[in-house]
Amino acid sequence: MMARVTLLYFASLRDAAGTRSETVETGAADLGALFDEACRRHGFGMGRERLRVAMDGEFARWADAVRDGAEVAFIPPVSGG
Amino acid sequence: MSRFRISDRPFEIAPLRQRLLHARAGAFASFEGWVRDHNDGRPVLGLYYEAYVGLAEAEGARIVEEALRRSGAIEACCVHRTGELAIGELAVWVGASAAHRDAAFDACRWIIDEVKARVPIWKHERYAGGDAGWLHPPAPPPGSAD
Repeated sequence: MMARVTLLYFASLRDAAGTRSETVETGAADLGALFDEACRRHGFGMGRERLRVAMDGEFARWADAVRDGAEVAFIPPVSGG
Repeated sequence: MSRFRISDRPFEIAPLRQRLLHARAGAFASFEGWVRDHNDGRPVLGLYYEAYVGLAEAEGARIVEEALRRSGAIEACCVHRTGELAIGELAVWVGASAAHRDAAFDACRWIIDEVKARVPIWKHERYAGGDAGWLHPPAPPPGSAD
């Protein structure tokens, strides 16, 4: 089942993707697979083990199902403060 | 008003402190993060913060609320900048008020530590010599944080 999602990129992931966001059609079953697709597309220099994932503005899990119409953000290691 | 806010421009701290005044509070503690001229031994010319604002404000508010529950402090708040900052500029402000100083210090310390660990904000530094880059620190070893 295909879903349409908006992916958000920050910091070095945005530099690698060349964009702050993109909207894609995906058949990925979960957020982990969705990231793997994006990684193949953009060649990110860091893997899931260093990232967190958020869906619709809340932290989510890699095993969570992709929701049609969702906004998904991949969160690289933070450096605020 | 929210207990955690992202500000894309310089902000005044007097109104933040004013909000934390309370008849039951005998103590106030604050922390200010300033932009430093060096990092890891390298001279820094300036820096830029970006944030995933919606999630940052939600997670930051959770952190401040958790700090109040853990410490018993009466009230607390935190404001974090985004955008370009020069050396010496204020990057983040945390304040906490409590009946006594232990809770005020504890809440203040805990908030800045958790904000640094959890909130989706990223720092981009520019170094003397022309290079620049995002800071993506490695995760601390398990059990190293309280």
